[in-house]
Amino acid sequence: MSEAQPVLRLEGIVKTFPGVRALDGVDFSVFPGEVHALMGENGAGKSTLMKVLAGMYQPNEGRIMIDRKPVVMRNPIEAKQNGIILIHQELSLAEQMTVAENVFLGELPRTRWGFVDWKVLEERVGSILAKLNCDFGPRTNVGSLSIAKKQMVEIARALTHHAKVVVFDEPTASLTDAEKVVLFDIINDLKSDGVSIVYISHRMEEIFTISDRITVLRDGSYRGTLVAADTTEDEVTQLMIGRSLDYSRNIEQGEIGDITLEVDGLSCGRLYSDVSFAVRAGEVVGFYGLVGAGRTEIAETLFGLREPTSGTIRLDGEAVSIGSPADAIANGISLVPESRKEQGLVLGMNCRDNITLPQVDDMTAGPFVSNGAEIAIYDMYRDRLDIKAPSWRSEVGNLSGGNQQKIVIGKWLAMKPRVLIVDEPTRGIDVGSKAEIHNLIRELAHSGYAVIVISSEMPEILRVSDRVIAMYQGRIMREFTADEVNEDNLVQAISGVGNGKAA
Amino acid sequence: MAGFVERMRNGDIKSLIARNGIFVAFVAFMIAFGIGSDRFLTFDNLESVVRSSAMIGIMALGVTIVVISGNLDLSVGSMLSFGTVMVVNLHDKIGPGPAILVMMICVLLLGAVNGFLIGFVRLNSLIVTLGMLSAIQGLTLIYSGGKNVDVNPSTQDTTWFRVFGRGEVAGIDMPIIIFFALASFVGFIIAFTPYGRRVYAVGGNPTAAVFSGIRRNRVVFSTYIVSAFCVGIASIILGSRVMGSQNNVGQGYELLVLASVILGGTSLLGGSGSILKTVIGVLILGFIQNGLLLLGYPYFAQWIVTWIVIILAVWLDVAAKRGRLLSPIA
Ligand SMILES: Nc1ncnc2c1ncn2[C@@H]1O[C@H](COP(=O)(O)OP(=O)(O)OP(=O)(O)O)[C@@H](O)[C@H]1O
Ligand SMILES: [Mg+2]
Repeated sequence: MSEAQPVLRLEGIVKTFPGVRALDGVDFSVFPGEVHALMGENGAGKSTLMKVLAGMYQPNEGRIMIDRKPVVMRNPIEAKQNGIILIHQELSLAEQMTVAENVFLGELPRTRWGFVDWKVLEERVGSILAKLNCDFGPRTNVGSLSIAKKQMVEIARALTHHAKVVVFDEPTASLTDAEKVVLFDIINDLKSDGVSIVYISHRMEEIFTISDRITVLRDGSYRGTLVAADTTEDEVTQLMIGRSLDYSRNIEQGEIGDITLEVDGLSCGRLYSDVSFAVRAGEVVGFYGLVGAGRTEIAETLFGLREPTSGTIRLDGEAVSIGSPADAIANGISLVPESRKEQGLVLGMNCRDNITLPQVDDMTAGPFVSNGAEIAIYDMYRDRLDIKAPSWRSEVGNLSGGNQQKIVIGKWLAMKPRVLIVDEPTRGIDVGSKAEIHNLIRELAHSGYAVIVISSEMPEILRVSDRVIAMYQGRIMREFTADEVNEDNLVQAISGVGNGKAA
Repeated sequence: MAGFVERMRNGDIKSLIARNGIFVAFVAFMIAFGIGSDRFLTFDNLESVVRSSAMIGIMALGVTIVVISGNLDLSVGSMLSFGTVMVVNLHDKIGPGPAILVMMICVLLLGAVNGFLIGFVRLNSLIVTLGMLSAIQGLTLIYSGGKNVDVNPSTQDTTWFRVFGRGEVAGIDMPIIIFFALASFVGFIIAFTPYGRRVYAVGGNPTAAVFSGIRRNRVVFSTYIVSAFCVGIASIILGSRVMGSQNNVGQGYELLVLASVILGGTSLLGGSGSILKTVIGVLILGFIQNGLLLLGYPYFAQWIVTWIVIILAVWLDVAAKRGRLLSPIA
C-alpha cells in the first residue's frame, strides 16, 4: 500500500471552540479502498475531525487534500460533491418524511415542470435499498423505523453520490449483532468498489475485525497510526489512554442482602408478558436479549413511564404503584435511559444543571437553589466518572457523545437510589471509561444498591452481572447465575430455542 | 495586548459582544437618540417612556415564562381588555377592594383554562391561546354589553384605587415601581429557584424533563397562571390610570408583548431566555417608539423600525451561535 497515493490527506488541522482546543495540528491520511479506524478517548476530537472533513466546521489552521489537490469545503454539500460522506454519531433524519425523501433530501429529482419526480425518485431509492438488502421500501415513513434501519437510510443517502470516502461515526453503538454483520458486509462491498472508509468506534473487537489501519488521537493531537494486522488491543489502548486497562478491581461479589425489588406476573399489552423476577440489595441483575425483547419497556414500567396491564411491583416487600417518574424517584428508583439525546439530557442546559435536575428541589438554601451544593455534586461526579468538559457552565450539547453519556450516568448516580436501572449504560463510551463504569456498577451494588443492567453487549453483561435474565419476545426465557452463564447458552436462550423456563 | 489579541482570535470577545448583543444595541440606541434629540435623555422623558412601557412590560414577564417553557400566549391582549373592563365596572358597584379580588379570580380562571388545555390535555398552545384571544374578546363584550365603562367621575379623584396608575413613591410613578418590583420577583424565581429550573427543563427538552421526574403538565399549567396573574396586575394599573376602559383596549398588545420578549432574546423554541432580557427588550421597544416621535417621524414609522430591530436582534443571536452571518448549509 505504501506506493499508492492517499485519496485523502489532512495536514496540521487545528480547530478551537471557545475555551477548548479540540484539534491541535492533526495529520490524517486515507488510502483508496482501505478501512481506516479512528480511535481515542471520549472528547479526543474524533467527531470534530470528521466534521472538519465533511465541511461542517472550518479549521482554524491546516489544509485538506483530496487526490493531492488542496480543497476548501464550506459546507456538507460541497464535501459531498468532493466525494466525502459523513454518517453521523447522532442520526439526522427528517422523521415525518419517507425514506425516499430522506435519501435525496435537498436534491430531489425534478420533472420538466419543476415538481418532484416521484417515479424516478422511488426507482433510484428502491435500487439503492435493494443493494443494501433492506426489507423496507422507499415509501416507508422514517419515523416508524428502528434505529438500525434508520442507519441504513443514512447509508443509502451516502450511496446516492459517487463516494470516495465514507465516514462512519460510531455506527454500531445501537446495532444488534445481526445488524452489525449486515453493516460489515456493506462496508466490505464499498471497500471492494475502491471506496475508502473511516470507521470510528470504541469497540476493539470490531476495530480488529474490520479495519486495515488504526489512527489514534489523544486530547486533540495525533498519536500515531498502526497497521491492524501487526498490533494488539493492548498497544492501541496504551496509545489511547497511556496505560493498560485494569479489569481486576471489585469484580468479586459483595454481600447479598434482602430482596429490594420484586416483580410478579407483570404484563404490558403485547410488549411483554408474565414477567417475574427479584433483585436483592447488593446484586447486579443483567437483562440480555435482542432489541425488541421488551427489556426497555420493563424498565420504563418500573420507572412509571408505562402502565402495566397486570402484575405487581414490590419494593422492600411492600406493593407500590408507580404512576410517574416522580413517583419512581420518590420510591428510590433511578433510570439511566436508553437515548441520552432524547430522554437523558436537556442539551441547551449546562452540565451542572443537568446532573442535579432530578433533585433540584432538595438542593435549596432558603427558597433558592444552592449554587455551592450543586457545584459540589457536579465536581464529585465529574471526578468519579472522569467527565471532560471545559467547566460546569458548558452546554451539554457541546460535549462529545461519550461525555454526554457520562453526564446522564452521573445524574442518576447522584440520586443515590435504592434501585438503579441502567439501559445501555456504556453506549459510546471509550474503553477506559467503560471499564471504570463497570467497576462503578459493581461498587454500587457492593454498597447495597439493587442494580439492573440492560445491555445488548454480551461482554458487558457477562462482566457486571451476578445473575443474567435472558429475554425473548417479551418473555423471560431463562435465568442464569454468574457461574452457569456463558456466551453459548446465552445466545441460545435469547434466540428462543433454549429450554424455556416457566417464569 | 498579546493576551487580548489571542482572546480575540479565540472568539471570546466577539462572542461576548454577540452573546450580549441586546445590551450593546440598547446602549447604542440611547446614545443615538440622545444625540438626535436634546429632549430624549431628560428625566421626564425617560420616566414617561418607562411608565408607558410598564404595562406591556408586566405582561411580558408572564409571557416570558410561558415562552421559556416552550409555549406561546397570544391571549394576553384580550385578557387585558377583559380584566380592565371588569375591574372598572365593578369599582363603583362593590368597591375597589372586592373589584380587584373578583377580577383577579376571573382572570386567573381564564389562565387556568389555557393551562389546562395546553398542560393537561396537551393541545397546541398557538391554537388554544389564539382561540382564547377571540373568545375572551367575546366574553368582554357580553360582560359590558358592548358599552365602554367608567369610574364615576365624582369619585375618580378620591378613590384609593387611583394609587396604582396615578400614585407616586419618592417621585417615581407607581406603574414603574410595580413593574420593576414584579420583574425582580419573577426574575429571581425563574433564575434561582427549583421551579425556575423546571420551567427551563420543560422548555429545553420536555421528554428529558419527564424522565427527570418533573411533572411537565403541572409546570406548563403554572406558567399560564403566572401569565394571567401578570395580566391581572396590568389591568389594575390600566384601569386605575384611565379610570375607564374601552372593550378592546388590549387589542394588539399580544404582539407588542411577544415582540418585546423576542427582542430581549428569549427563544421561541423554549428552554432559554431571561426576565432581565425581556425587561431590556421592553425598554428598547418603548424607547424606539418615543425616540422616533421626538425625532419627528410619524407614529407609524415605529412599526417598520420595530420590525427591523427585531430581525436584527434575532439575526445577531443566531449569527453569534454559529459564528457567521449566513447559514453555512447551502
Ligand atoms: N460545538 C462545540 N462547541 C464547543 N466545544 C465543542 C463543540 N464540539 C466539540 N467540542 C469539544 O471538542 C472536544 C472534542 O469533541 P469530539 O466530539 O470531537 O470528541 P470525540 O472524540 O468524538 O468523543 P466521543 O468518543 O465521546 O464521541 C470535546 O472536548 C468537546 O467538548
Ligand atoms: Mg464523537
